[in-house]
Amino acid sequence: MSELSVKHLLGIKYLKEEDIQLIFETADNFKEVINRSIKKVPSLRDITIANIFFENSTRTRLSFELAEKRLSADVVNFSASQSSVKKGETLIDTVNNILSMKVDMVVMRHPNPGAGIFLSKHVEASIINAGDGAHEHPTQALLDSYSIREKLGDVSGKNVVIVGDILHSRVALSNIFALKLQGANVKVCGPRTLLPKYIESLGVAVETDLRKALNWCDVANMLRIQNERLDISYFPTTREYTQQFGVNKALLDSLDREIVIMHPGPINRGVEITSDVADSKQSIILGQVENGVAIRMAVMYLLASKIK
Amino acid sequence: MLEPMGQKVLLSSKEINIILHRLACQLLENHLDFKNTVLIGLQPRGTFVARRLDKILREDYGVKHIDVGFLDITFYRDDFRRGDKTLSANQTKIDFLVEDKKVVLIDDVLYTGRSIRAALTAIQSFGRPLEIELLALIDRRFSRHLPIQPNYRGRQVDAINDEKVKVMWKENDGEDVIYLIDR
Repeated sequence: MSELSVKHLLGIKYLKEEDIQLIFETADNFKEVINRSIKKVPSLRDITIANIFFENSTRTRLSFELAEKRLSADVVNFSASQSSVKKGETLIDTVNNILSMKVDMVVMRHPNPGAGIFLSKHVEASIINAGDGAHEHPTQALLDSYSIREKLGDVSGKNVVIVGDILHSRVALSNIFALKLQGANVKVCGPRTLLPKYIESLGVAVETDLRKALNWCDVANMLRIQNERLDISYFPTTREYTQQFGVNKALLDSLDREIVIMHPGPINRGVEITSDVADSKQSIILGQVENGVAIRMAVMYLLASKIK
Repeated sequence: MLEPMGQKVLLSSKEINIILHRLACQLLENHLDFKNTVLIGLQPRGTFVARRLDKILREDYGVKHIDVGFLDITFYRDDFRRGDKTLSANQTKIDFLVEDKKVVLIDDVLYTGRSIRAALTAIQSFGRPLEIELLALIDRRFSRHLPIQPNYRGRQVDAINDEKVKVMWKENDGEDVIYLIDR
C-alpha cells in the first residue's frame, strides 16, 4: 500500500493496520533525513499548515513545528490565549477565517473530545488531531509504537503495560487502539479510581499490582497524573500513589526481566518514575521525542499528498 | 527469447555486459583509483547499475575500494501532489561524506531529466561535492525537459513518448535484459 486510507488523522480508531505500517516505513526515511547535516527536504514547499492550539503544549507543538519546517511547509501558529476565541468567536468561524488565507492543513489541539472530528465535517482542510481532551492523541501513540518497533524489532506479540491515570489520558486510549491493531497484548495498571469502568471492553486486561504488571511486560509506558484534570480526589496523597504505582530503580532491578521504560512527557520526576529510572539505560524517553519529529513528518507528508 | 506483443528487446544480456564493461573503463579512465570519487545510485533502479559497476571495477579491474551509496529523491521531486498516487520513498544509504569528493550519479534510464534535477538538490544535503558527473545506462534523447546531459552513456535510444524502456536485472527480475514496450 502506498496511500493512507484516510484524509485526516483524527484518531487511531479510524486507521487500518496497513496505514500504521505505511506511516512507519515513511518515518524510517524521514528519520534518515533528520540525521543528515542538512535536515530539510522540499516536499511540502507549496503547503501551508496552521497549528491551532486551544490548550497548552510545549513538546507536541514544537515537534509539529519542526516537522513542518523540515518538510519546507509554510507555518502559521495560533494559540487560543492570544485570539478572538476570547471575544466569543466559534471554532468553525475561527478555523474558516484561517482557511480563507489559503491554509491547506490544520494541526489542532483542543480541550473538548471530538473537536477535530467536528471540524473535519465542516471545513475543507486536512485535519490532524494533536490531542482532543481525554479522547485521542494519535501522533503520540504512533511515535510510541514506532519506538517500541525500533527497540524490540516488532510490536506484534509484545506485552505492554500502561501505568497511571488511564481515565484522563488521551495518550492511553490512542496507545490501546494502536497496540491492539498491531497485535500487541495490553494491560493497564493504576488505582481503580483512575481506570475507566468498562476498559476491558477494549480488549485490555486490568492489573492493580504494579510488580506483577512489570514482571509480565516487555514495555512499561508510564503516564503522568494529570493534576489539571483531577476534579475530585482520586487517591489519598501523591506520596501514597508513588508508593503503589511509582517505579524506582530498586523495583526495576528486582524484576525477573529487563523491561523498556517509556514516558510521553512531561515527567513528574519522583512521582510516576524516579530520576534514576528516567535516565537509565532501559529508558527510551528521549528516543521517543526524536522519533516524534520523524513520525509527524511522515503523517504530514502522506496526508499532504492527498490534497489536490 | 520470448517476445510478447508490443515488446521488443533493446539490449540482450551479452550486450548489457559489454556496455557495463565499457562504462567501467570510461569511469576508470577519469577516476583511476577512485580514492576521491564516490558512486551514487539513484533509488530504486539506478542502484542495480551502481552495484554492477562497483563489482566489475573491483573484480575485473583491480580497484581496491569504491564508496557506493544509494540516494532516494522522492522528497525532492517536483511532481508531488500532481499525480494520483502518493509517492513512496526508498532507503537512502550514504555512509560517507561527499564534501570535496567527485560524485558520479548513476541511473538506469535518463528520460526527462527531472529525477536528476531532484538528485542534484538532494545530494547537497550530504555536503558540497567537488564535481558531479552523470552516468546513464539508457539515454532517451529528444525527451528531455531540462538541460541535463550524461557524461557517460550506455546506449542512446530514440524512443517516442508512448514507448517505455524497461530495464531488468538478474538479481531482481531473473535475467539481464532491456525491453522497449508500447504503452
